[in-house]
Amino acid sequence: MTAALALDSAIAPPQGGRWAIEAIGIDKWFGPVHANRDVTLRVAKGSIHGIVGENGAGKSTLMNILYGYHRADRGEILIDGKAADIHRPSDALALGVGMVHQHFMLVEPFTILENVLLGAEGGTLLAEGRDKARAELERLGRDYGLEVDPDALVEDLPVGIQQRVEILKALYRGAETLILDEPTGVLTPQEADRLFQFLRVLRDQGKTVILITHKLREIMDVTDRVTVMRRGAVVADLPTQNTSKEELAELMVGRKVKLGGDKARAAPGAVVLEVEDLHVNDEQGKPRVRGVTFNVRAGEIVGIAGVSGNGQTELLEALGGIRPAASGRIRLKGNEVGTRRPGLTARILRRLGLGHVPEDRHRMGLVAGFAAYENAILGHQDEAQYHRGWLLDRARMVDYCGEWMKGYDVRPDNPLLEALSFSGGNQQKLVVAREMEHAPDLLLVGQPTRGVDIGAIEFIHKRLIAMRDAGKAVLVVSVELDEIMALSDRILVMFDGRIIGEVSPETATERQLGLMMAGIAEAA
Amino acid sequence: MTAGLGKAPRWVDLALVPLVNLVAALIVSGIVVAAVGQSPLKALEVLVTGSFGYGEAIGYTLYYTTNFIFTGLAVAVAFHAGLFNIGGEGQAYIGGLGVGIACLWLGGILPFPLIFLLAIVFGAAFGAGWAYVPGWLQAKRGSHVVITTIMFNFIASALMTYIMVYVLIVPGQQSPESRGFDPSTFLPTAKQMLGSVGIEIAASPLNLSFLVALIAAAAVWVFIWYTHLGYELRVVGKSERAAVYSGISPDRHIILAMAISGGLAGLVGLNEIMGVQHRLLLNFTGGVGFVGIAVALMGRNHPFGICLAALLFGALYQGGSELAFSMPQLSKEMVVVIQGLVILFCGALEHLFRPQLERLFAKPLPAKA
Ligand SMILES: Nc1ncnc2c1ncn2[C@@H]1O[C@H](COP(=O)(O)OP(=O)(O)OP(=O)(O)O)[C@@H](O)[C@H]1O
Ligand SMILES: [Mg+2]
Repeated sequence: MTAALALDSAIAPPQGGRWAIEAIGIDKWFGPVHANRDVTLRVAKGSIHGIVGENGAGKSTLMNILYGYHRADRGEILIDGKAADIHRPSDALALGVGMVHQHFMLVEPFTILENVLLGAEGGTLLAEGRDKARAELERLGRDYGLEVDPDALVEDLPVGIQQRVEILKALYRGAETLILDEPTGVLTPQEADRLFQFLRVLRDQGKTVILITHKLREIMDVTDRVTVMRRGAVVADLPTQNTSKEELAELMVGRKVKLGGDKARAAPGAVVLEVEDLHVNDEQGKPRVRGVTFNVRAGEIVGIAGVSGNGQTELLEALGGIRPAASGRIRLKGNEVGTRRPGLTARILRRLGLGHVPEDRHRMGLVAGFAAYENAILGHQDEAQYHRGWLLDRARMVDYCGEWMKGYDVRPDNPLLEALSFSGGNQQKLVVAREMEHAPDLLLVGQPTRGVDIGAIEFIHKRLIAMRDAGKAVLVVSVELDEIMALSDRILVMFDGRIIGEVSPETATERQLGLMMAGIAEAA
Repeated sequence: MTAGLGKAPRWVDLALVPLVNLVAALIVSGIVVAAVGQSPLKALEVLVTGSFGYGEAIGYTLYYTTNFIFTGLAVAVAFHAGLFNIGGEGQAYIGGLGVGIACLWLGGILPFPLIFLLAIVFGAAFGAGWAYVPGWLQAKRGSHVVITTIMFNFIASALMTYIMVYVLIVPGQQSPESRGFDPSTFLPTAKQMLGSVGIEIAASPLNLSFLVALIAAAAVWVFIWYTHLGYELRVVGKSERAAVYSGISPDRHIILAMAISGGLAGLVGLNEIMGVQHRLLLNFTGGVGFVGIAVALMGRNHPFGICLAALLFGALYQGGSELAFSMPQLSKEMVVVIQGLVILFCGALEHLFRPQLERLFAKPLPAKA
């Protein structure tokens, strides 16, 4: 391990090439948080460079500094060997650095063309720029295999395409180096594969890519070199071919990580959740869930597998009382729950013992602008345990939140910080902690480990299995097949709004599941 | 080599920034005053002594402050639920009607404490009812409250004119005013209240409703930050999706927030109708609902800040009328310009100096460990 840690900061660019980006001795503080500690990163031109590290390791911060969102407190940035003074994203763009964020930054009611044009209108009248942009979009689409319909509205697009728009935006502005911050978190494996194909094309055309991801498989697959960060500092910088997933995991976390921990056989008890012929529509009234019937028992984990966009999101939202069902029944512990009044339904469900980790933690699971401790009671704000008499007991909220943050390794473990100032993975851990610690009888989990590091994945999986062993019913929706296979006692496969089969993780193969998810094969 | 910067201390945010903004507003006002050939220093002196210089002035200042606390709180409560209530003016107007009806109807029948309580209930209920409708329209029909509350200001004005001219007017009288209330309904003035404990102060319209305003500010503070309902309103204000997720029905809360907001505005009637005019009449609100927006903005939607901002605006109102009186060369419009400048700097241009000041006072962080 020490060998890998030896930091070879004098490495020469490969094959006499040049550095696309050099960040030297970067330090960045957020209040008391030292987010980047003397970080040095060199990225060779024409390469795909991976960055891995735990949640809160400072990856996004470093990229935001390169892109001009934040200013480094100390350090130097060189682009193409020249010292660069980057104050704002437009400076970075002018130097050929583009970025696709963890959370997309698109104007949803605008078309693709308008989004690409935004900020690069090129002229007083929109028309001139628009025609140029349309032609350019077509060319980019042809060159890189990134075809899109320029007149489609962004809000109607699946996330995979939205991300494509983000990339096109950057390329349209002449990006030579493309930074992608956890681009695959929201993608299906198929969409991710397509993205990687495209990144290779970019590299072969001499562009440079910086890729942040928690999925080590992807690092091994697609990168040429990888930098490992831990607690703000760079701890290793290696050629990908000389390392392995296991070594990277260990470097990141500082100890050995064991994924897919063994679990005892499930001992399912009474039925907790019963869903009967449930139909759910989306905002436009289009049917998304089309007659789904299943149940979840105490002491088992049921996994719902499926390519994203096949109704899982809507199903989960209906079960969580957030989206009205068009028809059908939901029973929780034998209680019929009305499904027509979102909000009210959610409140009733919670009183009956529902916990819900939503897919969209950013806009649903957390309230931006609230401190962590206020977010720690979201959904439980009317419970007596948080009150003294009529009033909210802030001291107790802060205490509990602090305990949970320690227990779930949320960093920094300060309950008074605003929720949005936590890194993406730490926000997820905060939500998971809240929902698990309120001791639900039924836990709905959407994408349990989206955006969290492998140490945390290991931890969250362990907790989910512990909840099951404690006799709770758990329903997991995930687009990660590995995750579904590792966690579930039963797997339901969703395709086109229906459950098209149930398989046992012991007998199913990934291939069989993959075919079912594509709607090609029925259950064996 | 630069060390990291931390957050600026809270007093910079809460005290220094508003103060600098205020000074900037006064400097620009001074330039305006100088431009019309008057002495800015003299104007400032008149403004300050006119609002705080002697007992009567202080009384008037606090009397205006009372109204601004009510309307500022009204704007703030709606704001925390993500709503921009521009209808404080109309809600105050209709709330005053409620107070007036309680006094006309029950004056001389019930003892003062009961009437006092009922007037609070009536004023709040009338104001709340007037805000309920835009709230309902927003929640159930998606009609934007900014638009509907503005329209409701006009409707309130027309309605009050009708009621005063055709219903409540004293028969045979020229001006559209109701009969005077029974003296048993009059709110005790500050002079009376303090006089009863042996403290002599100058006569002014300042009355018991000032205390009601302070209690309302404290109640709003507790409500917004220390009750679960206040918590839920803030969740709705920040994110409707998170609200639904956590079991809140945003519709109900939007209506509730508007009703509370309108109820607070409605209490202006206590001060104006029950405390000073002692009868119902037209246009007694005189724009306090709109000033409430600036007060809430400057007070950063926090009840404590609102009380301070209300005091400032109370002083501007009182000092401004002194100014118009003792420096007649400064027309009444000029006084309005100065008030406008304060609103502009303290409210709309709130962030003009903030970044610089925060950087200046940010605590340097420890150097590299
Ligand atoms: N705007 C901000 N204000 C305050 N603290 C911040 C801010 N942005 C990041 N931080 C802190 O800086 C540290 C590094 O965060 P960063 O987002 O860079 O982590 P990350 O490596 O991208 O993690 P993740 O994998 O979870 O996305 C964290 O402790 C985070 O709480
Ligand atoms: Mg990140």
